[in-house]
Amino acid sequence: MTSPLLSLQGLTKAYPGVVANSNVSFDIATGQVHALLGENGAGKSTLVKMIYGLVQPDNGVMLLNGQPYAPAEPRAARADGIAMVFQHFSLFDALNVAENIALGMERPPAMRDLAARIREVSETYGLPLDPYRTVGDLSAGERQRVEIIRCLLQDPKLLIMDEPTSVLTPQEVDILFETLRKLKSEGTAILYISHKLEEIRALCDHATVLRLGENVGECIPAETSARDMAELMVGSTLQPPERAERDLGEVALDISGLSVPAPGEFGTSLNNLHMTVRQGEVLGIGGVAGNGQDELLGVLSGEILTLPEAVRLNGQAVGNLGPTARRRLGLLTAPEERLGHAAAPDMTLTENAMLTGSVRRRLESRGFLRWRDARGFAEKIIQDFDVRTPGPENAARSLSGGNLQKFVIGREVLQDPQVLVVNQPTWGVDASAAAAIRQAILDLAAHGAAVVCISQDLDELMEISDRFAALNEGRLSTPRDTAGLTIDEIGLMMGGAHGMEVAHV
Amino acid sequence: MDLSSINPVLLVASLMVAATPILLAAIGELVVEKAGVLNLGVEGMMITGAICGFAIAVETGSPWLGFAGAAIGGAALSLLFVLLTQVALANQVASGLALTLFGLGLSALLGQGYVGIKPPPTPRLDIPFLSDLPGLGPVLFGHDLILYLGIALVAAVWAMLKYSRAGLILRAVGESHDAAHALGYKVVRIRIMAILFGGACAGLGGAYISLVRVPQWTEGMTAGVGWIALALVVFASWKPWRVLLGAYLFGGITVLQLNLQAAGVAIPVEYLAMSPYLITILVLVILSKDKSNAPASLGKIFHASH
Amino acid sequence: MIVLEKRPQPSRNWSLATPVLAVLATMIFGGLLFAALGKNPVEAIRTIFWDPLFGEFAFYYRPQLLVKGAPLVLIAIGLSLGFKAGIWNIGAEGQYIMGAITGAAVGLAFYPLDAWYVFPLMVLGGALGGWVWAMIPAILKVRFGTNEILVSLMLVYVAEQMLASMSLGLLRNPEGHGFPGSRNLNDYAAANSWIHQNAGLHWGVAAALIAVIFAYVLLNRHMLGFHIRLTGEAPRAARFAGVNPARLILFCLGISGALAGLAGLFEVAGPAGQITIDFNIGYGFTAIIVAFLGRLHPVGILLAGGLMALTYIGGEIAQSQLGLPAAAIQVFQGMLLFFLLALDLLTNFRIRLHKKEAA
Repeated sequence: MTSPLLSLQGLTKAYPGVVANSNVSFDIATGQVHALLGENGAGKSTLVKMIYGLVQPDNGVMLLNGQPYAPAEPRAARADGIAMVFQHFSLFDALNVAENIALGMERPPAMRDLAARIREVSETYGLPLDPYRTVGDLSAGERQRVEIIRCLLQDPKLLIMDEPTSVLTPQEVDILFETLRKLKSEGTAILYISHKLEEIRALCDHATVLRLGENVGECIPAETSARDMAELMVGSTLQPPERAERDLGEVALDISGLSVPAPGEFGTSLNNLHMTVRQGEVLGIGGVAGNGQDELLGVLSGEILTLPEAVRLNGQAVGNLGPTARRRLGLLTAPEERLGHAAAPDMTLTENAMLTGSVRRRLESRGFLRWRDARGFAEKIIQDFDVRTPGPENAARSLSGGNLQKFVIGREVLQDPQVLVVNQPTWGVDASAAAAIRQAILDLAAHGAAVVCISQDLDELMEISDRFAALNEGRLSTPRDTAGLTIDEIGLMMGGAHGMEVAHV
Repeated sequence: MDLSSINPVLLVASLMVAATPILLAAIGELVVEKAGVLNLGVEGMMITGAICGFAIAVETGSPWLGFAGAAIGGAALSLLFVLLTQVALANQVASGLALTLFGLGLSALLGQGYVGIKPPPTPRLDIPFLSDLPGLGPVLFGHDLILYLGIALVAAVWAMLKYSRAGLILRAVGESHDAAHALGYKVVRIRIMAILFGGACAGLGGAYISLVRVPQWTEGMTAGVGWIALALVVFASWKPWRVLLGAYLFGGITVLQLNLQAAGVAIPVEYLAMSPYLITILVLVILSKDKSNAPASLGKIFHASH
Repeated sequence: MIVLEKRPQPSRNWSLATPVLAVLATMIFGGLLFAALGKNPVEAIRTIFWDPLFGEFAFYYRPQLLVKGAPLVLIAIGLSLGFKAGIWNIGAEGQYIMGAITGAAVGLAFYPLDAWYVFPLMVLGGALGGWVWAMIPAILKVRFGTNEILVSLMLVYVAEQMLASMSLGLLRNPEGHGFPGSRNLNDYAAANSWIHQNAGLHWGVAAALIAVIFAYVLLNRHMLGFHIRLTGEAPRAARFAGVNPARLILFCLGISGALAGLAGLFEVAGPAGQITIDFNIGYGFTAIIVAFLGRLHPVGILLAGGLMALTYIGGEIAQSQLGLPAAAIQVFQGMLLFFLLALDLLTNFRIRLHKKEAA
């Protein structure tokens, strides 16, 4: 047996209150595509940060080609041939592609030579990229290419990829996999982090499953059923959400001819959007991040104002009304960013309940606040939505992602909305919380509310929505019934391969 | 009123002198802000530099040692800003204000024994023939070395930011400290260096006021120049050469209003004296629309969590 | 190795303890400073903090505490509202000057009319003067996105020139034999802000107390106060909640300007008596320290204003009795803000000694 490229032995890392990794061991062989599988919060990120030198393990050792390997910083890891493509991109918006790539290299060549090499590598691997474009203007898929090329220019022995497909359309995923297979054939090992089972079965040679920071098993994905892997990952079988049969009512939300200029320098403009949502209906809006999702939510919440007629609620033109007026009329929203947008991090849950609940829950009278009622409302959210916290006087930032998301969704659902718009309702949320949130959305629709669910998780949208549309570069495809949609059709609605090409082998 | 008493050659030459304190402070602050740090303590560092430079020059008899001491004094005060914002993670706006309030008090305390004294003169460049050229001579070749140092610093900062790897890293840190950290750059260390550089520049600028421009020591003698330097960085939209341009513009206004005062123009002295501040506001209004060049992490607190 | 670890939520205890610790740290380091200046540190600290309250001449100094404290509290309350929302008015000194000028001008315009409405009109004039001066940065910020810190500060220098111009020109006492400075309002009963001069009571003291109560109710019980706090904590969440940022900027800068203007008016109509070139003595800047030292909380500001007034009075005593330079007190006040900001770390972070375990 050949010795492994990288061997992890008994890695342990604890943070105050949580053990992120406990005694994790596994090997990665040269030229192997190794999957690291686990739910949110299973400790995948901490583990790869240790390999990349961003954090140091409390205990345990790593061996690289049989030699002790303990990178004190990412620079050392890169020098040893370890490269990483981050989930939240480590890119600089205001700098151009070549500058961004130079920053990730130890000894970058002169800018002109570097640009030439970028062109060369991007051509070879089917990742077209202009070295002089400003990164802030690139799409999510293009930004990922910048990261990948930055890694490839250093001839890595091990390439770490953290949830790379979450920002890609299905077609782009196929092309990425071609690139990765080519790399593998050249002898590069890949550590592929994901919670998407089908992808792993399609791509990976070997899988290590993490649950609650521990290695709970290894398998050969091609020989293991998705169901078995899911059970290994989650620890129990999860009930898929129940969808009650329901009749659709009147049109509750009507958007027609909605156009909005890009709000910021690197924002997306919305172009001529049309859609209707009826009472009792869930409309799913898919698409890769950065194609206008935040802007659409802003338009619906009232943070971005439009012509009055562009947004109609139960027939009434509301496009020029602010958030408070819309809440009064029953149009409620839950933004993607929990900390800082949907909730104020350092404020208590009571105060955060006041944040959107003041109008519909009558938490104020003539401008004066009823804190006791707000506290009661917060307690009700905590109870009804099983939010794990010592009490409503705790700060929002003290809650885990899943619990805070339950609080945010619960806060809107309990205000009895006529229309609810949610953006990325289960992003970064653990499996059981995600299931609870999806169920709450379906229950709300069953009671006659119209729901718009913006998400990048296609599985989620297929599970809960009646109709599906996709945002691509600020345009919305015509909504279609979910039943019977194929993954290819969805991919095309999302913009297909965005001009990418397959690696030139 | 006698406008003919205003000599254009002397006007330009003294404009350059008046601009140099602002220029030095602003180019230092530009580097600080490019690293993503907003140090509002420029005024405090300048006045500290002014007294440190003055006192050391008087005690040693050497203006050059004075300037060196001013740079060290400014940097030393900025070290307090480092402690507050980079170590104790305090709000940068509040910390900058604290620095200014503290610096004003400290300089007044240090300067107690130095009121009414003349500092040793700072020698001017005297190149035979060139410095005597009519018109061009006094403007281009008749100044002291610190003035040329200011212009050289602008060029150096420009070249560093545009062409060097250090400049690229500095810009990256100011653009996104989280991304820079993820790539393994020492965000805090880089910012500390930038803040110290900014402090030294502000100190030099302050000493230029007390040793060359006035030259004398009085309490609070920087009179808002540090704040104008801060405005200038915005005005220049974080571009070094535009800092030079802006500094000369403000220097010009200051000198012109002083000349008009001396010439006895029929505008009350107080209104002439407020003109540099009003023009600063005007310029800020005109140029505030374009913030596209502002470093994205400017003023944000960085804490490397896991 | 020392590691900072973010607390799950801000510690309430530390938030109360840090101002006290900051004062103690300032006393220690201030004492070292005084020792370095050749003074007995214990005696200096006692002179500053003890004598004005309990010393032999306390009966004289205690009223002074109200006189110095009132403008500081009044200005700091206004500033704290903006600071809470992340709106930085640091030009209170200029608004204070303008309030004094306009308020005094109203009074002087009526001289020597003895009518009950003269003083109320002056109060209005003072508030209006400060308000207008603060609306300049506010409107420029709303309309053009101009940085309010720089504009409000530039306007301090403009206001100082205006003050010079007024005391030498328009408002100069016609019977003053050509000396700069306006008529003394203490000699004009209808335009006087004293309630009880020997007790240090003037209308500014009353206004400061009202402002504290007003701010407390606003911040804790009213939607507008909630929106101010929310904007400071999370601006994006505030817009999501329905806050109109422009209106909030106008409100916060306007109210702080009006309160600073009022402070100026009460000062000129009472303790100072007249408009002179050196009328302002930096209350507008010291109030920034007061606002932070009081943790931007109305009651805290009341206490901090008292403490700061104490350092002013104690500093003057130390100056005359011990020959302590006036600038030393300024350094002392600056130090206080430093320690406060530095120690604030403890509210949000825990400091841990990181043990490297043997692998």
